[in-house]
Amino acid sequence: MKKYTNIYLSAALLTMVVVFFSACSKNSDTTVNVFAGVTYQTEDQMARPAINTVFNLGADKDAYNAALPSVMGAGFQSKFQARLLALNPGYTTNALGLSASAFTGVLATDVLTVSTTGTTTFFDGTNVLTGRALGDDVIDTELLLIFGGPAGTLNAGLTSDKVSTNDKAFLSTFPYLASPW
Amino acid sequence: MKTKKLLLAILGVGMITAGIVFAADHADTPATTGKTTDITDVYAFQGQNTSNMAFVINTQGLLTPSATGAASFDNNTMIELNIDNNADNVEDLVVQCVFNNGTMYVYGPIKPSSTGSKSIVEGTATTSVAVTPYGQNPIIASQNNFMAFAGPRDDPFFFDLDQYKKIIAGTATSFNNPGNDTFKGTNVMSIVLEFPKSLLGATNGKVNVWAEAKRKI
Repeated sequence: MKKYTNIYLSAALLTMVVVFFSACSKNSDTTVNVFAGVTYQTEDQMARPAINTVFNLGADKDAYNAALPSVMGAGFQSKFQARLLALNPGYTTNALGLSASAFTGVLATDVLTVSTTGTTTFFDGTNVLTGRALGDDVIDTELLLIFGGPAGTLNAGLTSDKVSTNDKAFLSTFPYLASPW
Repeated sequence: MKTKKLLLAILGVGMITAGIVFAADHADTPATTGKTTDITDVYAFQGQNTSNMAFVINTQGLLTPSATGAASFDNNTMIELNIDNNADNVEDLVVQCVFNNGTMYVYGPIKPSSTGSKSIVEGTATTSVAVTPYGQNPIIASQNNFMAFAGPRDDPFFFDLDQYKKIIAGTATSFNNPGNDTFKGTNVMSIVLEFPKSLLGATNGKVNVWAEAKRKI
């Protein structure tokens, strides 16, 4: 029995060695091969800003972060709707004309839709959810859609945080982000 | 007025159970807070070259200047950009960023061998770039129509989070004018990628994207 185990182990080792060397032979940069055979598992998923922060409580925060976007709607829409109505009991529709159910249906699936043919912005007064640019005031957009009602005029003190720009100017060229403090 | 008080009361009850609240998704969960797998923000926008799309994935938020020099990307962490180009919210392409001894290796965009929460590095590296040390000019890789950067940058996110917390705690009824940017003077560990839009395989001129931070298991 022990002998067989040893044979199996030797075979397994040989396989590993062969796999390792064939991996190396595919790429001249051997440093890269430290990643071969490694499996990585999701701990944090994110697209739109502040969704997890605002709409999930307690253990759901971790569950949402580890969830796949394709199943987020089924798992979280009803919870998001309850949370929305707790945040704003007077919610009817918002500036996008979305009911509580429809709005939270959009929000629960955490993906960022990006236009490949036009303006890329979270919201610029005309385009809605066609990307996210560095300077977009995403918090005001979200506050407005949560608290502002159908015309964006309700709960005026809650629909803007009155911080509309970053603390440093962005760059016009890659890597676009400002240098660190 | 009565409605507002009721609203604030409900908000207060809701948020006390939520504990400390950060935003956008800075330190958003118990499981990732303080780890290299904590994604703070995701941005996607047309590049300076309008044929390109730029993607920013920020991690490890709320770094003070004094803490920034010691911040690093973890050899056991993969930061993955997921691209759904047929509107089913399942990734059709991935761009994977993995790290080894201060260098970021970028793979893709490439169709993953399997979708979902577990990933292996796919294909061969598209490009690699040294992680820019704190205080130095950005080190930028530019090859194969692909630009890549990794390193500390100013957190581009802005929000009067402190006042928001007061509102939901019921100790304030509205935001201040002007507000105060809670993220002023703080840094993040950034990954910035830029490549031709044509590599996204868009349907009807759009794609859905999201970021995932994955840990070696």
